[in-house]
Amino acid sequence: MSVTVKLPTQLRDAAAGNAAVSVEGTTVGEALEALFAEHGELRERLFQDGELRRFVNVFVAGEDVRYLDGLETAVPAGGELTILPAVAGG
Amino acid sequence: MGATHLKCRECATEYALEASFVCNRCFGPLEVAYDHTGLGDDPAATRRRIQAGPQNIWRYADFLPLAAPPAPSQRVGSILGLPAGCTPLLKADRLAERLGLGEVWVKNDAHNPTHSFKDRVVAVAAARARELGFDTLACASTGNLANAVAAAGAALGMDSYVFIPSNLEEQKILATGIYGTNLVKIRGNYDDVNRLCLELSGEHESWAFVNVNMRPYYAEGSKTLAYEISEQLGFRTPDRIVSPIASGSLFTKIGKGFREWLDLGLIEGDVPIMSGAQATGCSPVATAFGEGRNVCKPVKPDTIAKSLAIGNPADGPYAIDLANQTGGTIDAVTDDEIREGIKLLAETTGVFTETAGGVTTATLKKLADRGEIAKDERVVLVITGDGLKTLDAVRGSFESYEIDADVASFNTTVPTPTEVTA
Repeated sequence: MSVTVKLPTQLRDAAAGNAAVSVEGTTVGEALEALFAEHGELRERLFQDGELRRFVNVFVAGEDVRYLDGLETAVPAGGELTILPAVAGG
Repeated sequence: MGATHLKCRECATEYALEASFVCNRCFGPLEVAYDHTGLGDDPAATRRRIQAGPQNIWRYADFLPLAAPPAPSQRVGSILGLPAGCTPLLKADRLAERLGLGEVWVKNDAHNPTHSFKDRVVAVAAARARELGFDTLACASTGNLANAVAAAGAALGMDSYVFIPSNLEEQKILATGIYGTNLVKIRGNYDDVNRLCLELSGEHESWAFVNVNMRPYYAEGSKTLAYEISEQLGFRTPDRIVSPIASGSLFTKIGKGFREWLDLGLIEGDVPIMSGAQATGCSPVATAFGEGRNVCKPVKPDTIAKSLAIGNPADGPYAIDLANQTGGTIDAVTDDEIREGIKLLAETTGVFTETAGGVTTATLKKLADRGEIAKDERVVLVITGDGLKTLDAVRGSFESYEIDADVASFNTTVPTPTEVTA
């Protein structure tokens, strides 16, 4: 099942300049693995010790996957997965 | 300027002093690094120069990431913009007495142009944005920042876009829109607003989002609270700071400010014991601290302290590290305790604070009740915003008398102490 992964500007150089990449997968983890298979450099940028880095946020339908099931979170067919850096505010 | 580069807090990769905020390698936050060589050679001379500076944060320009302070160093007047800082530090003897403490001071940052500490961070971010050639300011805000950015845009003649959760307090919405900003109310919470602004900042590269792409500069503005507190105490550090935590940025930058001046020999003492304050309805940092972790699990905020309602605090881990390093604490207080905190501060000091200050005051009370604070400690309570911004929190919290305009009506209705006639 095809899923669209939206990349922030900081990651586009590691994904051949693409702002979005279409990959196969039914969970966040599967989609990201498929993304890394195409653009290997992204793995180290997003993961540390097999987990999402502390300052990497991944959203499915606008919801942070840390509120959901993390990398096990289901992504619907045709769904969108957005990667963004964590930034404080106020 | 003393600032030399931006540096990733996680992996130490260095970047130029431009509008970037996140490490391309590991997504860690970027922070401004400085070369302060020379400023510590003659601490007395540096202190004198600071004291001779303007009555606002530009007196600390040597320690801020600007090519030049944004206006001539007038003592009180301003050629450009809304000068922030140099707010009163008030000795709070009756508050100390009520809580059974030795010495308490209130740093009243409601005394800023838009009545919160956010004017400090916006002043620095906006000045740096001008240096970098931006013509538009923007922000994601829980309210106070919205006021500050909209006002700064008006004062500096810059367009502005302000993004807020749609359910903010009416006072904060009114005190933003009046400045003629483009006010955008998002149907969602602050974390939704923040996420949208991150996406928008990638699409609008000519905009200076003060707390997104300008964030490293913005955050440095909070250090001026530490500088000011030490200067007002005679170039000494207090023993303890009690400060609110939302994203954790203010809390950690207060620590950084003290550390910088201690390293340069400008002040005496140690980095204070840092006590953080959150609302129970949004306490990811206090929860992680209590559990001995430094990774914060995001929460969905539900508290009257909307200015602190950040469920996914990016600087939370650093705030926890700082509390641990200084032997400090991070506590959470309930909405009822927040209301009581606002009242306690108002009744004992004459300072009317917003809900965030209620959180801070209630946390001080909690620490005092727990016996956490030694009798000889000099404690500074950081009050970040004005009570007029969150009026709903105090509605119905006191009684008043309504009478006819005659003495008889007064005498029968209003209790007074028995008059003593000589």
